[in-house]
Amino acid sequence: MGTIGKTLKNMDKPLLLVYLLLVVAGWFNIYSVVYEPESMTGFSLATRYGKQLVFIGFALLMAVFVMIADLRVFTQFAYLYYGIGILLLLAVLVVGAEISGAKSWIKLGPLSMQPSEFAKVATCLAFAKYVSEPALNMKRPRTQLIAALWFLIPMLLILMQPDAGSALVFLAFVLPLYREGMSGWVLVTGLVAVALFVAALLVNRYVLIGFISLVSAFLVWRNKRTLKNIVLGILLFLTCSLYTLGVEYAFNHLSPHQQTRINVLLGKEQDIHGAGYNVNQSKIAIGSGGVWGKGYLQGTQTKLNFVPEQSTDFIFCTVGEEWGWAGCTFFLGTYLFLLLRLIRLAERQKSPYARVYGYGVAGIFFLHLFVNVGMTIGLLPVIGIPLPFFSYGGSSLWAFTLLLFIFIKMDARQRSL
Amino acid sequence: MAIFILVAVIYWIRLFQLQIVDERYTLDAQSNAIRHKVQYPSRGLILDRNGQILVYNEAVYDLMVVPGQVDVDEMDWGKLARLLEIDSAGTKERYRKARSYSRYAPSVFEKQISKEVYGRLQEYMYQFPGFYVQSRSLRRYPKPVAAHVLGDVGEVSSEEIIQNPHYKPGDYIGKSGLEKYYEEVLRGKKGVKVVMVDVLNREKGSYKEGAYDSLAQQGEPLYTTLDADLQAYAEELMQGKRGSVVAIEPSTGEVLALVSAPTYDPNLLVGRVRSQNYGALIGDPQKPLFNRALMSYYPPGSIFKLPQALIALQEGVINPNTGFECDKTLIGCHDHPDAKSVTEGIRMSCNPYFYQVFKRVIQQGKVSNIFEDSRIGLNRWDEYMRSFGLGKRLAIDLLDVKGGYIPDTGFYDRFYGYKRWAFSTIYSLSIGQGEVSLVPVQMANLAAIMANRGYYVTPHLVKAVGEENAGLQTDTSRHYTMVAKKYFEPVVQGMYEAVHLPKGTARRAEIPDIVVCGKTGTSENPHGDDHAVFIGFAPMDDPQIAVSVFLENSGFGGVWAAPLGSLLIEKYLKGAVARGDLERQVREFTIFERDAEGNIIGPPAH
Repeated sequence: MGTIGKTLKNMDKPLLLVYLLLVVAGWFNIYSVVYEPESMTGFSLATRYGKQLVFIGFALLMAVFVMIADLRVFTQFAYLYYGIGILLLLAVLVVGAEISGAKSWIKLGPLSMQPSEFAKVATCLAFAKYVSEPALNMKRPRTQLIAALWFLIPMLLILMQPDAGSALVFLAFVLPLYREGMSGWVLVTGLVAVALFVAALLVNRYVLIGFISLVSAFLVWRNKRTLKNIVLGILLFLTCSLYTLGVEYAFNHLSPHQQTRINVLLGKEQDIHGAGYNVNQSKIAIGSGGVWGKGYLQGTQTKLNFVPEQSTDFIFCTVGEEWGWAGCTFFLGTYLFLLLRLIRLAERQKSPYARVYGYGVAGIFFLHLFVNVGMTIGLLPVIGIPLPFFSYGGSSLWAFTLLLFIFIKMDARQRSL
Repeated sequence: MAIFILVAVIYWIRLFQLQIVDERYTLDAQSNAIRHKVQYPSRGLILDRNGQILVYNEAVYDLMVVPGQVDVDEMDWGKLARLLEIDSAGTKERYRKARSYSRYAPSVFEKQISKEVYGRLQEYMYQFPGFYVQSRSLRRYPKPVAAHVLGDVGEVSSEEIIQNPHYKPGDYIGKSGLEKYYEEVLRGKKGVKVVMVDVLNREKGSYKEGAYDSLAQQGEPLYTTLDADLQAYAEELMQGKRGSVVAIEPSTGEVLALVSAPTYDPNLLVGRVRSQNYGALIGDPQKPLFNRALMSYYPPGSIFKLPQALIALQEGVINPNTGFECDKTLIGCHDHPDAKSVTEGIRMSCNPYFYQVFKRVIQQGKVSNIFEDSRIGLNRWDEYMRSFGLGKRLAIDLLDVKGGYIPDTGFYDRFYGYKRWAFSTIYSLSIGQGEVSLVPVQMANLAAIMANRGYYVTPHLVKAVGEENAGLQTDTSRHYTMVAKKYFEPVVQGMYEAVHLPKGTARRAEIPDIVVCGKTGTSENPHGDDHAVFIGFAPMDDPQIAVSVFLENSGFGGVWAAPLGSLLIEKYLKGAVARGDLERQVREFTIFERDAEGNIIGPPAH
């Protein structure tokens, strides 16, 4: 009892407060989405806000359990959980229930769960455990590659569902990888790859290849003009050119609706009733909020189903519409605080395990926020991915709660020592 | 860590742009979720002088479709077509048309469904998601009378929308008659209901609890001066004839009946059948849409002798006891004793008598030059005639009224040349022939002037508007002629004698117990049979009704026009007609061809 009391005392209060704040705000937000002035017949557990309240209740129980339980319950069996996670991801491909084109859910009687959410937590634990093995030299690219396999495998399995959004989240582990010694060149290469990808779709191929050759030549000219550098420059040029042509080829072989989605995102097509409909409606909802918003429960766009997936992926619209730019500022500030606090705590961990894990958690939260909000304000493509603590749904809420509280527990335990 | 802050800042700026800088999204949001639903008021009722309803509104229903909500493949299109009683092949086509207009905005799928069809359809509406029924109201006429007076209502044309932004496409507007003249009071005030709609266009309740709603205000009722029973009776008598009947209450100028024959059932120009029937009526060679009572120019014939006599008396060129020989070398006449007074001249309608009367008016010898003298005389005469409401539009509360024609010196100067004409050139005016023409409502007004002995109140059809009488546009002042009251006595006496004494031309207008004053006329028609005219009023000493009857191609005025006029007088004053034989004869008289069973089959082949 003494240790538990100590643990509770040493919990990071700011993180706890932010967590509670976000969960409560999230619930009120869902209530607002479901709220219909005409037909509210009192509180009901059958509604989304009712169910969400139950989910929150379980989440809080989970948090308490994590705080009370021995941390080794999680760390010791990390690989086991990871194994179970992979098995579940394999299973879902076979027995999963297909919901809007993806097999992401396993149904067991009245319960249904999303293995990818569980896998997220398990991967975070297992990855941190592996990376923090003292025997490893994380400076070695080979080791980095093996470490990356820990999240690339579940990522691949989730892509097969296919659920691009959930798969994307696993890229969050690049962040701890980078922290632990991955070369910045990998990130640069990744960014260049993304930039070329977009450019390949937007710019005429000859102009683009000409530009690549100029850049390659410039790089060679700036450095020592040794044979080695010239060969490297030519290789760079060839790689980039082939890559862009490959992207173009792949794009032309996508199904038309996928092409449309990408084109709309890139601004090449205006299609506010088709693929761009969601985003346009979402922008209208957020944009109509103005500085101070329309007030709680007063949103017209989000309540009347103009924005699809209102209570799940596009929940941020309600924040934007009802609370305006002021509310959004507060929202972004709160999240930024959460992320920076996580990094700060991670840095003060003595155990590498806890540090890597903390970076993993921060990376996951960041990716969710980045992709979800970016999508609703029209900066990123429409990728279905929940907004932590705000989107309706039990699986994701529980996963985020587990992720966060295991870290809080790690931190509290260290401080209690 | 830097990347977290960078992303947060980028998003923050983007939100600033979306929410504060860019107005577009706020505006879009309004049109997205809030709909201003127009509440259509029902049009004002139109009633007759006794409170009988002439026009009311009947609810009809438009079947609307919101294509985005329709379950195209699951829906039973054949059943919908059967319920609507339309061709099933066309239903999908209609749907496609609506869909190409808009997936989310409602379109009319079927216009103006009858109550019966609606009743049947309503039970099955749940099987047709995306369809709903919107009620509208249509004009209905319990008695199919007075089509020309009441006028019709139709959808606004694009020109009308440009002229008056009050109207939106699909709105109704008065197209003719009182519906047009009193459009602004009849149409009422549109209301608006602000409702929230969701993405599928389903209404989600009123916006801000109806704070911005306004109720539609029903149009004001129009209390007309018409007597529906008299109007119906006149229309009945005018069947098989072509022409016009106008009846006026002399003291007030209130029009009791206004008939243009042939007429049509106003219900024909309502609703779905409107355009088809309109085409048929427009194409009818008898021109049933043409309002002869207000627009048809006719030579007045002998009824013109009434103002001629009055002007001469006022000018002092004759006195009541002036007599003239019936000299048929001057102008043709029928056989009768010489008229020894104005009264007798009117009673026997002696043409040479009025030739002399008119000659004295025109050539008074004020100057020696006969041409100059005639100019002076005609100028004076012209002023008199205009004071009788002739040669100018009577400001009746219907828009398409014409003024008839009274020639002036300018006209003859243009026609014959300055000082190239004199009385001998224009003498046919003396008996209402030649260049003079009246529209039937002016003839009735002339009868009213005779009844009032010297003045008229502009004939009008509406005596009150709504409860507050706002928007009534009637002039009820007395317009005096330039002839003094005392000169009317001998002329009115002549009208009395024409009906009640031997050798009178309007003997067939005599009614037992009622003292009728009348004057017949025969309007010479160069294109065919002469037109028959009768004007009259009764009772002589307390006139309640003044009538004009004009029957095209019906010969001498005393034969059919006079009895028809007297039947109207009897009907109005007594409530029923006792002279059954005469009534039957008048009914049976027609200028159209009949088949073996006596049904009118078509116009005469003249």
